[in-house]
Amino acid sequence: MTISESDIYKALEQVMDPEIPVLSVIDLGMITGVSVEEAGVRVKMIPTFSACPAVDYIKQNIRTALEKALDTKVTVEIDREATWNSDRMAAGAHEKLKNFGIAPPQMRQGEEHAEIELHTACPHCDSENTYLRSPFGSTLCRAIHYCRNCGYVFEHFKPLG
Amino acid sequence: MTKNDALARMLTAMADDALIQGHRNSEWTGLGPIMEEDIAFSSMAQDKIGHAWALYRMLQEDLGGQDPDAFAFLRNEKDYKCCHFVEHPNGEYDFSLMRHFLFDHAEAIRYQQLRNSSFAPLRPLAEKLKGEIKYHTLHANAWITQLCRAGEESYARMQSALNTCFPLALGIFEPDEAAEAILVAEGVYPGEKQLKEMWVDRIYNLCAAAGLNLPAEDGVTPAYGGRKGYHTEYLQPLLEEMGAVFRSDPQAIW
Repeated sequence: MTISESDIYKALEQVMDPEIPVLSVIDLGMITGVSVEEAGVRVKMIPTFSACPAVDYIKQNIRTALEKALDTKVTVEIDREATWNSDRMAAGAHEKLKNFGIAPPQMRQGEEHAEIELHTACPHCDSENTYLRSPFGSTLCRAIHYCRNCGYVFEHFKPLG
Repeated sequence: MTKNDALARMLTAMADDALIQGHRNSEWTGLGPIMEEDIAFSSMAQDKIGHAWALYRMLQEDLGGQDPDAFAFLRNEKDYKCCHFVEHPNGEYDFSLMRHFLFDHAEAIRYQQLRNSSFAPLRPLAEKLKGEIKYHTLHANAWITQLCRAGEESYARMQSALNTCFPLALGIFEPDEAAEAILVAEGVYPGEKQLKEMWVDRIYNLCAAAGLNLPAEDGVTPAYGGRKGYHTEYLQPLLEEMGAVFRSDPQAIW
């Protein structure tokens, strides 16, 4: 069969992030390019955080999933020209995050400011009567907030430039 | 000295600072005064070591350097180029927080400038790291501000930590004349003196807002030597501990 780029993207939608299993590598905006070459399929990706410990694991998952779905040799490489930022998330990713109980990142408006972390909407009750408890959480991409309205501590996917 | 030699000197110093500060941050894992702080220093450790790794990899891929792991763990003490500031033990929380505050603002300024470097591989990395370090300075600013308002002992400890840290922090900007002359002329970065002035401007304002007196630069002796390979008594024991597992089997695949 002839593999098209859209076949590759469709297969990539099935590769989930190991730390946030409701988001695929497409949802997260981690893929910067795909191509079909004589020797097989090539995928270029970028990690969300430079110290992301899951990068090799994700590369391996992409390779395995695509080789199975497309029955061809797959090369996954880190794109050193591009850098990830949280505005790269695909439409729909924010809703999936919220339903998973993590407040989605605010869209950044040019240079980011500390104020962007204030009044992050609670994913449980939508109240903005919240405060930042710590800019660091259970993974590098998450911050911890407290909701004064419903009393829940919740995690927030940090806006990152 | 060639341009590549000068670049390698600068990148090694930056990476070694991040690696050693990252290791110190990791020493708070399990010992932080409250859980959020334990997590914060552990997360910052992970970030810093990741930043060091990215710089070591740049040395390898763009400048013909060694394997990043071997370079990070197998060098002799004198071949490390970190500043004395990051070598010092964590001490009490006031010292750790003040070092974190002064060091991370220095890094934020350095990466902000490197976004416009003539050395192309640095530009995307600097953009990325600057965004990550924003959360480090956000954390530091919040604690410095709050502890300075938290009563007499708390304020006195923060001022005392600042007095101790400031001469050490100036060592971040230790000049490396021969390499710097090339790097500035080539547009790689603005040079240590200019970075230091931008840093002093920034922390002066933050300290003033917290009610802290920044010591006068001409009244202190900067802790220089690290960039030339002369280190404090604290580095060698740190290196022994940090590299112990790696050295037990350097060929192991993890």
